[in-house]
Amino acid sequence: MRELQYPFDSRYIIKKKKALKRQLLEQGDNFIDKKIAVLGGSTTHDIIMIMELFLLDNGIRPQFYECEYARYWEDVMFDNPELLDFAPDIIYIHTSNRNIRQYPLLSMTASEVGDLLEADYDHFFKLWGKMEDTYKCPIIQNNFEYPFYRLLGNADATDFHGRVNYINRLNAKFADYACEHKDFYIQDINYLSATYGLDKWSDPLYWHMYKYALAMEAVPVLAFNVCNIIKSIYGKNKKALALDLDNTLWGGIIGDDGVDGIEIGPETSMGQVYSEFQEYLKQQKDIGVILNICSKNEEENAIAGLNHPDGILKPEDFIVIKANWDPKSKNLDDTAKELNLLPEAFVFVDDNPAEREIVREQLKVISPEIGSVEDYIRIIDHSGFFEVTNLSDDDAKRNEMYKENAKRAKLEASFEDYGDYLDSLEMKGTIKNFESIYMDRIAQLSNKSNQFNLTTRRYTRNEIEQIAQADDYIDLYGKLEDKFGDNGVVSVVIGHKQEKVLHMDLWIMSCRVLKRDMEFAMMDQLVYKAKEAGIRCIRGYYYPTPKNKMVRNFYELMGFDLVNEDDRGNREWEYVIPEDYERKNHHISVNEGS
Amino acid sequence: MSREEIYVRLNEVFRDVFDRDDITVKDETTASDVEGWDSLIHITLMDAVEEEFDIRFDMKTVVKMKNVGEMVDVIERDVK
Repeated sequence: MRELQYPFDSRYIIKKKKALKRQLLEQGDNFIDKKIAVLGGSTTHDIIMIMELFLLDNGIRPQFYECEYARYWEDVMFDNPELLDFAPDIIYIHTSNRNIRQYPLLSMTASEVGDLLEADYDHFFKLWGKMEDTYKCPIIQNNFEYPFYRLLGNADATDFHGRVNYINRLNAKFADYACEHKDFYIQDINYLSATYGLDKWSDPLYWHMYKYALAMEAVPVLAFNVCNIIKSIYGKNKKALALDLDNTLWGGIIGDDGVDGIEIGPETSMGQVYSEFQEYLKQQKDIGVILNICSKNEEENAIAGLNHPDGILKPEDFIVIKANWDPKSKNLDDTAKELNLLPEAFVFVDDNPAEREIVREQLKVISPEIGSVEDYIRIIDHSGFFEVTNLSDDDAKRNEMYKENAKRAKLEASFEDYGDYLDSLEMKGTIKNFESIYMDRIAQLSNKSNQFNLTTRRYTRNEIEQIAQADDYIDLYGKLEDKFGDNGVVSVVIGHKQEKVLHMDLWIMSCRVLKRDMEFAMMDQLVYKAKEAGIRCIRGYYYPTPKNKMVRNFYELMGFDLVNEDDRGNREWEYVIPEDYERKNHHISVNEGS
Repeated sequence: MSREEIYVRLNEVFRDVFDRDDITVKDETTASDVEGWDSLIHITLMDAVEEEFDIRFDMKTVVKMKNVGEMVDVIERDVK
């Protein structure tokens, strides 16, 4: 919904939140349901109401638990039965500098202030430990915003008595804890309040009148930001950028001005600001965002522009370059198909408002109001499209992987027989029970896969670990390598045993390895493991979503029989394991040398 | 701005905040007369009124307001 995209009108959202909620529920379908406990050190009522809007807008339908006023610590430490019953999927601890129990006094020595710091930290340290043990779910914790006044002026930052100094030290300890703990995320309200304006953020009227730790108009900013973390945890980040060229990546029009005429590089102020934007995009690539070009241009000119000697982005930084005179909605749609992504996984960046509007209308793709060139970075950055919660090695390598896919596509075209092509890839698979080094990736994949996903069940890292340890599950991950590179972990299956029957809870595969016979290799290994466990029969389930039609008949392909289908299209399949099971995969060599 | 004009705009604000088209407030209206007007929605309401009239209520003013009429007095005084 446009009203909820950055840059949004906070006051409009506050005023219209009831109507907005109604519209979101009417428009949306296929929500995932999540239980979110908001434990505050101040009032959280409106924070929750506005979080609900941003979550619904991201396809997450939340159910909230709100602690009694400022009982965030007691609720957890003394096992409030209501909270235990609620069994949250995520806990959000909304505390602020109003919750720091004691600040340093001027009479204190450095070591006394050090002790105080330890005590203040310990209060939270105990809380987090208890939550981790009891709830085994992701935890989001605010750090501290700066105080709204400084007794020591500038020295408040340097003198150990200063509150600014104290908050900096406390925040550093929070960050250290986050580095060492999985499923623990800091919401950096220190940064957020700075970008918003600390004086406005910390307006004391809201604390003294209503016990809000921040001004009402800042609540949407806080809620939007924490919802970015939540949507990222549940794999709802965007994955790719589709970028225009003229007046987006450089100043001027390459077709008219020529390579020498466009503005990019250190010579002019305009050239510099475009360079900074290109630099920013190049960094996006490093966190796994896939870069593509979508421009109305002659392809020759587009490439010449990208080869400008002062340019930072080069043609090889992009996976798909569409430079022609077709409508951009068509080009973007084609790009999505080539990459096996859904159009909605893209963010379209174009300086031309008319192009943005067409792409939004035709494809339901987000295209931010990016303003003038000096605003581009801020607007894309603050939109949180690519909020990082779990930077895996795969993210850094993603662009390489898509490059390799492009090479495979070329090779495929040179073979007449598809089987010959598959053999020429020299594929090696590793299909094994969950291993600790892959837990992050397995959880990430379960949250990101939409298309090749039979049940669309989402798992947190904790749940994945529990399954790996439990005896009544069969769990497999599949890794695929070929002569062009390593695709990493691309498939996961989970089934739970019930006497002699294995019920499939999850079967997912990354679309980047479609049509490579990996699903057959997974089936072979699953059957092998099932037989080993004395299983006679496998039950497969398909639950339709708007996105997973491609696997509607997947189990049929695997040799299952349809035993049940209800009026909503939910299907149940059965496979009786034959004595002489014949391997289905003929092109991947699996678990060689292990 | 006349009191009548203020009321026209103020009623719009109430209808937006409560998401109900049938609300009409007048001088003697208090929180207990409007269903759902609790201390929590009150904050939203104050914010929306400030936005509508481009004014800012200070704490002393907010604390003292007894009914809608007194709010309109303040708006009448502060609005440019």
